[in-house]
Amino acid sequence: MNTSGGQQKLEEVLSRTVSKRELFFGFLKIGLLGFGGVAPWARHVIIEERRWLTEKEFAEILGIGQILPGPNTMNAAVMIGDRFQGVSGVLLCLLGQMAMPLVIVTSLAVVYERFAAVAEVKAAVTGAAAGLVMGTALKMARNIKLTPLALLVGSIAFVAIGVLAWPLVAVVSVLVPLSVAAAALERRA
Amino acid sequence: MNVGLLLPIARVFAILSLVSIGGVNAVLPEIRRQVVDVQGWMNDATFANLFAISHVAPGPNIIMVSLIGFQLAGLAGLLIATLAIMLPSCWLAFIAGRVVTRWSDQRWIRLLKEGLVPVALGLILASGISMMRTADQDPPAIAISLATAAVVVFSRRNPLWALAAGTCAYVVALRFGLLYHP
Repeated sequence: MNTSGGQQKLEEVLSRTVSKRELFFGFLKIGLLGFGGVAPWARHVIIEERRWLTEKEFAEILGIGQILPGPNTMNAAVMIGDRFQGVSGVLLCLLGQMAMPLVIVTSLAVVYERFAAVAEVKAAVTGAAAGLVMGTALKMARNIKLTPLALLVGSIAFVAIGVLAWPLVAVVSVLVPLSVAAAALERRA
Repeated sequence: MNVGLLLPIARVFAILSLVSIGGVNAVLPEIRRQVVDVQGWMNDATFANLFAISHVAPGPNIIMVSLIGFQLAGLAGLLIATLAIMLPSCWLAFIAGRVVTRWSDQRWIRLLKEGLVPVALGLILASGISMMRTADQDPPAIAISLATAAVVVFSRRNPLWALAAGTCAYVVALRFGLLYHP
């Protein structure tokens, strides 16, 4: 590890230390605002608002979280917590992300009988949140400045899952090796 | 409270956690099959209600599983179901994160990270499209979703503005009969 220490430091110039308190409250906010999907809010809070990670670092963490079981943003919370504050950081990020949604969802369930508009609100929030999710993916793709082959891979993933509704595991197992080969071909690493 | 249910709840959701590649939405049909058909814990109508409620609340979509636990066995059920769906996958993510960091100077790890980025972005975009489909498919509904997306792409403002405006436009469109009630 010592020989690569210099390069690693260089890669981490942009990164900063994030305290346990900051992690907890950051993820509390992400959970509280995460209507229809957590990814847009995770990106907003972590990249634009608090600058914990670069766009690229965040996309890589989401990418790893995507091929593992579990929600990609929850896997990202685990990896981000561990990166800044080890195991206690992981626990604080998870607790922060889940605390408010759990309180809200149980309260909603209790008052559900008197809350006839739930289907209407669900459709409205889902429709708007769908835009939020799509906009976030497009914004990240633009900011990262994907190479032509990476753009092609991203488009194939989108069409296969979003348009053709092919099975996710099969698509990912074929596309990830191809995408890695494309990265090697374009000498991106 | 039904204590006897806690163990089956833990077992069903811990297994689902390990296979939930792509998140809870990817295993939603299997969750329904387990909860309604295999275990007989609730009927389809109750399941649909819980699904709707969990989608009005913010947060990771695994809170749907928490809500199922709450419905079955109160607060203890909520806690057990939440831990069962979270622990296995979070544990894997923890190990994977450590492995990637430990060998981050290896070229193959850097290539893997590079290769995963466009796949992840394509899949997030795809999940947005699927959400749009479940919401509504009328032109005004699609226009609202796309306008919200455009605001996010072209503005650095807090996305809460886009979400609030999009939701209001949607409710207004529903009220004035521009959209079919879902």
